[in-house]
Amino acid sequence: MQSKSLEILVGFFVSLTIAALFFLALQVSNFSALQDNGSYTINAHFDNAGGLKAKSLVSMAGVTIGRVTAVSFDAKNYDALITMRIDSRYNNLPSDTSASILTSGLLGDKFVGLTPGGLDEYLQDGDSIELTQSALVLERLISQFLFNSSND
Amino acid sequence: MNIFQTIGQSTLNSLAKLGRANLFFISILVNSSYLLKRPHLLIKQIYSLGVLTFWLICIAGLFVGMVLGLQGVYTLSTFGAESSLGIMVAASLVRELGPVVSALLFAGRAGSALTAEIGLMKATEQLSGMEMMAIDPLKYIIAPRFFAGFISLPLLATFFSAIGIIGGYLAGVELLNVDAGAYWSQMQSSIDFNDDIINGIIKSIIFAWLISWIALFEGYDAHPTSEGISRATTRTVVNSAFAILLFDFLLTALMFGAN
Repeated sequence: MQSKSLEILVGFFVSLTIAALFFLALQVSNFSALQDNGSYTINAHFDNAGGLKAKSLVSMAGVTIGRVTAVSFDAKNYDALITMRIDSRYNNLPSDTSASILTSGLLGDKFVGLTPGGLDEYLQDGDSIELTQSALVLERLISQFLFNSSND
Repeated sequence: MNIFQTIGQSTLNSLAKLGRANLFFISILVNSSYLLKRPHLLIKQIYSLGVLTFWLICIAGLFVGMVLGLQGVYTLSTFGAESSLGIMVAASLVRELGPVVSALLFAGRAGSALTAEIGLMKATEQLSGMEMMAIDPLKYIIAPRFFAGFISLPLLATFFSAIGIIGGYLAGVELLNVDAGAYWSQMQSSIDFNDDIINGIIKSIIFAWLISWIALFEGYDAHPTSEGISRATTRTVVNSAFAILLFDFLLTALMFGAN
């Protein structure tokens, strides 16, 4: 009897802590998002990656459809090569889709925004996006503004 | 010449102790298969190490989370960034505070009890008595306690993180009116299951191994006097705390240092 109630208490303890692990997985982390559907890779060259990092979001129409997996320097073209994985639910992006690096809010994280094109061909695994627009660098914008206003 | 003798003596003593600790650990592993035949030994120890520490972990986790919530709102509101509260609370709990604080509490609550228990068994010659009856105390006494600690602490640390996040919610959202949707959604978008939560659990597994090993060895190696046991218990808590903090730094540098 004594050992039975002890076993019940240990059982409660273990199941409570496993419930806590499920809580962490489902409620706290991104475990549920982008997990089961598989994904495909596309590349894009940018003149300036401006603070984009691996794991930044890739979104279209404001909805997250993928994540950036790597940001690297392309020594051949002297520009930034961005690799991203797109959820394979969204495998019908037109091949002339354009990509731009945007900022969420004034000081928020950088993310890649995709704008759909009009072609009937779709982007495949390993394709590159040709039309890209670099990150808006705030310092450059301010210096341009100051330079222009001093000319007036 | 006396100084050199002292230095040499203490070096040799600590090396000998390290060697004994390693042999002790190896013999625990060798004798661990016995637990598969007698699982109730393990369950009994999980009760006394895990279940009895559970309330301490609950209350400590809740209050640590609530303090993080309050301080987080206080600091973040100067930048107008209260909506990032969820990231701050969850990242600091899951990566650092959950494993480390629960390990420190576990060392104080369960580790010291282990050392005192084993030390007293040695002082009252219960361990020798068992050997006389051809029962190996390593199989029957030490191994169940080691694996119970090894299993209990990661479970406790997971629960600590979860209840801390709820505590942060209570303080930040219910008390100080941070938006509940922002709290959870910002958290979900920046906490990664593999990088943050699994790494935190790996940390607490390593802390569990350290604490169980230190506590049991100090008890087993204690001078069988009342003073020896009190010293061994103190050493357990102090050495465990040092080991936890040192390994936490090393593991953090390995796991999160690259990015």
